Amino acid sequence: MSGPEMLAANAELLRTRVGACWPGTRAVFRGQDLHQDLDGIGWMGLYVFGITGRRFAANELKVLEGIWTMTSYPDTRLWNNRVAALAANARSASVLGLSAAIASTEAGVFGGGPGLQSIDFFLRAGEKLRAGETVEAIVSTELAERRILGFGRPINATDERLPPLMRLVEREGLDQGLHYRMAFEVEQALLRRKPFLKLNFAGLTAALAADLGFTARQYQLYNILKTLAGMPPCIVEAAEKPEGTLMPMSCENVTYGGPAPRSWAERGSVAA
Amino acid sequence: MTQAPTLTTRIWLEEPESGDSFSTRAAYCHGYDVYGEMLGRASWAEMLFLLVRGEAPWPEQAELLENLAVALANAGPRDQAVQAAMASSTGGAPAAAALMAALSVGAGRHGGARDVFDAMTGWAECGTDLDAWLMRLGDMSAQRLDIWPSRERAAGFDPHGVKTPGIVLQALARLATGGWARRLNWLAEHRAALEAAAGLPLAMTSIAAAAFTDLGLDPEQGEMLYLLLRLPGAAAHALEQRALGYKRFPFPAVQLEDDPAVTEAVV
Repeated sequence: MSGPEMLAANAELLRTRVGACWPGTRAVFRGQDLHQDLDGIGWMGLYVFGITGRRFAANELKVLEGIWTMTSYPDTRLWNNRVAALAANARSASVLGLSAAIASTEAGVFGGGPGLQSIDFFLRAGEKLRAGETVEAIVSTELAERRILGFGRPINATDERLPPLMRLVEREGLDQGLHYRMAFEVEQALLRRKPFLKLNFAGLTAALAADLGFTARQYQLYNILKTLAGMPPCIVEAAEKPEGTLMPMSCENVTYGGPAPRSWAERGSVAA
Repeated sequence: MTQAPTLTTRIWLEEPESGDSFSTRAAYCHGYDVYGEMLGRASWAEMLFLLVRGEAPWPEQAELLENLAVALANAGPRDQAVQAAMASSTGGAPAAAALMAALSVGAGRHGGARDVFDAMTGWAECGTDLDAWLMRLGDMSAQRLDIWPSRERAAGFDPHGVKTPGIVLQALARLATGGWARRLNWLAEHRAALEAAAGLPLAMTSIAAAAFTDLGLDPEQGEMLYLLLRLPGAAAHALEQRALGYKRFPFPAVQLEDDPAVTEAVV
């Protein structure tokens, strides 16, 4: 079926396997009654069950939650947090700010973009490793085509989040996964080429997610909220400050590099 | 006291009021006095063009952008981005939530801004070389993974269409009237061959992509303007549905295909 026929077949009825609710009666979440079958499930367990359709073990959920905890930094200067805080200080609705901040986390130089690229690398590299390739060969091939995300970090190459993450992973017995172990071998291969390409938090969390069976697209949905808990404090504080006073910018703090003042009446035009 | 960091811009110059550097006495956009000279003389389309391209448009360019803005202003209530705005608004969410909903849905590859971005990339790579276009439209090789869903067809075409919609033909005919609009004219001339190569009818995103490219915009600029220019209809429909109330907003029946209580599967 295709074209208008397919559209017509989907116009009247929503067919779904992920769930539905019947107000006053019950709700179904991925084939299970939310209030009966899933009674007592934790929020992280429900979230990743919703993404993957799989129930995760308690130690896996502790690591997944720990990843979110360790990089939720309430620093209002960070770009995504700043969006949230500016909304609050501009006296917008707080959740509008939170929503825009989450969307802003799907960025190219931090957050969603590098995370997706990193797990994509680990999933492909894991297949090659299982097929018998060496880490050195995998890294060489990859570098011939693209950067390997999850290694190196602007500002400071040392990632302060790795020691607590590694402690958590070891405590929960998840430190023997193929991708997790490979991450450190990839780091060594990269450091032999460039000494600043140390493993970073995005890389190790992507490797862990690969060990936990996430696909790249599933990881995209999990990973994007790992800075979430840092946003509300920024919102709360910004809302308490006098309106419009968060990071105010004077005219002198804007460096203009465009054309000198000119007349609109005597304007020229740009070539097409 | 530390010094405040500075922002760099080529777009906007503000002169402060005396004694208050946070208050603006005069504002210049790419050198033009916005409130002292442009206001009352410049059109919305001219201002848009100036902001994005950094120079004032020719009258023909302003006219094309103005006409394109009319063509894109409202995709209608069946459009998924407009539906999102209405769904947001009918529940009583803030006005900004309705527009954020429209932007989020309208950003995608299906009739959205990413489709325009991809189609504009085609103009950058193929120009008006028909053979290059035919090769591009037939190329469905795997792409590198990024945050956007993988491409499912050639950009700028309607995946569910069986013929070129009348409104697309009307928009193309009207916008391609200026001889200088090289890509729009080329698109009108070669539409049938391009549709045959894609195996699908042309979509409005193709018209927008050609027009933006004729206006000298790059794919990122075109993506941004497409998002912006489609907001008026989303706003109007959101306001209308909010006033009508949620009880009159469509809420389809559901068929839950893995219901643990199978007898209640269809409601």
